[in-house]
Amino acid sequence: MEQSSNITHKYLRAKKKFPNVWCPGCGIGIAMGAMIRAIDGLGLQKDDVAVVSGIGCTARIPVYLDFNTLHTTHGRPLAFATGVKLANPKLKVIVVSGDGDLLAIGGNHFIHAARRNMDITCILVNNYIYGMTGGQYSPTTPLTKLASTAPYGMIEQSFDPVELAKASGASFVARGTVYHASQLSRLMSQAIARPGFSLVEVISNCHTQYGRMNREGSAVKMIMWQKEHAVPATVASKMTPEQLSGKFVVGVLHDVQRPGYVDEYKKIIDRFRAADEEKLGEVVTSG
Amino acid sequence: MPEAIKLYKTDQPVLMQGNEACGWGALAAGCRFFAGYPITPSTEIAELLARNLPRVGGHFIQMEDEIASIAAIIGASVAGAKSMTATSGPGYSLMQENIGYAYMAEVPCVIVNVQRGGPSTGLPTKVSQADTMQAKWGTHGDYYPIVLAPSSVKECFDMTVKAFNMAEIYRVPVTLLTDEVLGHMREIVTLPEPSAVNVSNRARPVDPPEWYKPFEITPDYRSPMASFGEGYRFHLTGLTHDESGFPTAKPGEIKAKLDKLKLKIMRHREQITEIRSDLMEDAHIMVFAYGSTARAARQAIRIARKKRFKVGMVQPLTIWPFPDDKIAPFLEQVDTVVVPELNQGQLIGEIERLSRRQVKVVPLQRYDGELITPAQIVDVIKEEHA
Repeated sequence: MEQSSNITHKYLRAKKKFPNVWCPGCGIGIAMGAMIRAIDGLGLQKDDVAVVSGIGCTARIPVYLDFNTLHTTHGRPLAFATGVKLANPKLKVIVVSGDGDLLAIGGNHFIHAARRNMDITCILVNNYIYGMTGGQYSPTTPLTKLASTAPYGMIEQSFDPVELAKASGASFVARGTVYHASQLSRLMSQAIARPGFSLVEVISNCHTQYGRMNREGSAVKMIMWQKEHAVPATVASKMTPEQLSGKFVVGVLHDVQRPGYVDEYKKIIDRFRAADEEKLGEVVTSG
Repeated sequence: MPEAIKLYKTDQPVLMQGNEACGWGALAAGCRFFAGYPITPSTEIAELLARNLPRVGGHFIQMEDEIASIAAIIGASVAGAKSMTATSGPGYSLMQENIGYAYMAEVPCVIVNVQRGGPSTGLPTKVSQADTMQAKWGTHGDYYPIVLAPSSVKECFDMTVKAFNMAEIYRVPVTLLTDEVLGHMREIVTLPEPSAVNVSNRARPVDPPEWYKPFEITPDYRSPMASFGEGYRFHLTGLTHDESGFPTAKPGEIKAKLDKLKLKIMRHREQITEIRSDLMEDAHIMVFAYGSTARAARQAIRIARKKRFKVGMVQPLTIWPFPDDKIAPFLEQVDTVVVPELNQGQLIGEIERLSRRQVKVVPLQRYDGELITPAQIVDVIKEEHA
């Protein structure tokens, strides 16, 4: 089997200046590596992949990748990605985003992309905080935890991105961690291969902001926390809510087969192609 | 096959709205993607394209808001489709963030703003020209917009085509500034066959991918644009970037980028701008009017000419960049300029700047949701003539 680092290098932009913007020990690099291996494993051509992001630490992923890359505005990557996908449906469109970008300022776009089952794979790196701007609380910061804008502890209820995506209509939803890097890659691979809207939530660590403020230790310690608190979906189904308290479930959490938006719209286009053009033309022109 | 589809009636005069003409103009110009959000008084444009885009293999989508709409059309353009959205003041305000992105990332697209009264929710069903300066300064930072202002149903068609052509040629978002009256007014027009419409397409790279610089600073400051999926695998960002498209913090590269955004427009001002002048040969008084106000002005100067007043009019079809060089000669000729506008005085500032206090500039402003009438303009002409 090819060395993991060899695979990674094949998909990085050699001319782009490294090192990257992330803090040493950040989980985003692991998530990016998992995504690269998933794409490589699926045998996708670089030209056929578009990676779209918004603003934040995770949103800096595309600049390093040798795909068609679009670094957009804060919270809007799913809306940009919708246009990319519809204008060129043969592209595999992947959105990489953080919890603040996707669920706060981009929350409306998130639920609607899921609702219309737009053919996009969304990779959400959840580190429970705004890292780039200095540790402000995000929609996933857990109750009582500290952030620079929650100096007395978080009092707002947090979003569960998995439940939000399911309720909004996503067809495939999974959760992994940067500790379980191989599983993460497999989950991403499944998500990318699927039509419709798919979400992979990646539990990650921001030791620089979240970890420091909440005294959760080094990057290594925070990543070990993921190992200790992740419960595979197969095991979780046999556990009581009490046993699951304080833990989180990883694996494929939602999987329904239904046609994606692109195929649904194509049916309309094909109806016109098949019909008598002149006749349809008249009908529509008068309407 | 899509080319064979008869889009609209071309063999006879047809009664239609400005908004409809705008939709047909978009299709004739090659628009294949529209994303929008319902808002009065623009919605007929979206409805027409929802019906007709799938007929030509294009896509229509109603997004969750105007922010998403402009984002989607930028994304579609990056993937190669000519794209458009249509809105009115409140939606145009929401779009400003990503309009700025399109300036920075140099992505062609067309935004139609069917103006209504503001600020805020204002007057959803009444006419206004109060977004004139917003169309120039709406988003943050330095940039040079192209904004077109039709004054009739036929001009709605022609100017929509021109908006696409300008967007493609200069790699910019272009705003078509119409208004509630133009959008809903019906006139008899004969539209040209789509094949007879002059259509421009973005320049494509001729260099192989490994040599391609998506923001190359060329002698005329315009850079060829590849589409996603064609083998070029370039990077686009709203961060200030170098010629390769990657973020930069180097002062020299930052200045070069902002100069490029300015000069690609301002060096081509002569080609971009368009004005129309009527009865100006011997005029001492000039009425300067755009959009639906130009209709009243045209009628007013005819009435005034019958009273032997030496009056003519100049109508800018391009309001940004302001057609300085085309308007200045008229300011040498006249003593007085009357500027009717459906706002509290926006484009009048450009005339005051250009006239350098050598010409008397007389405002005629109405912002009560009603049109300026020809009689109101004639009254001002009379007063100035005395």
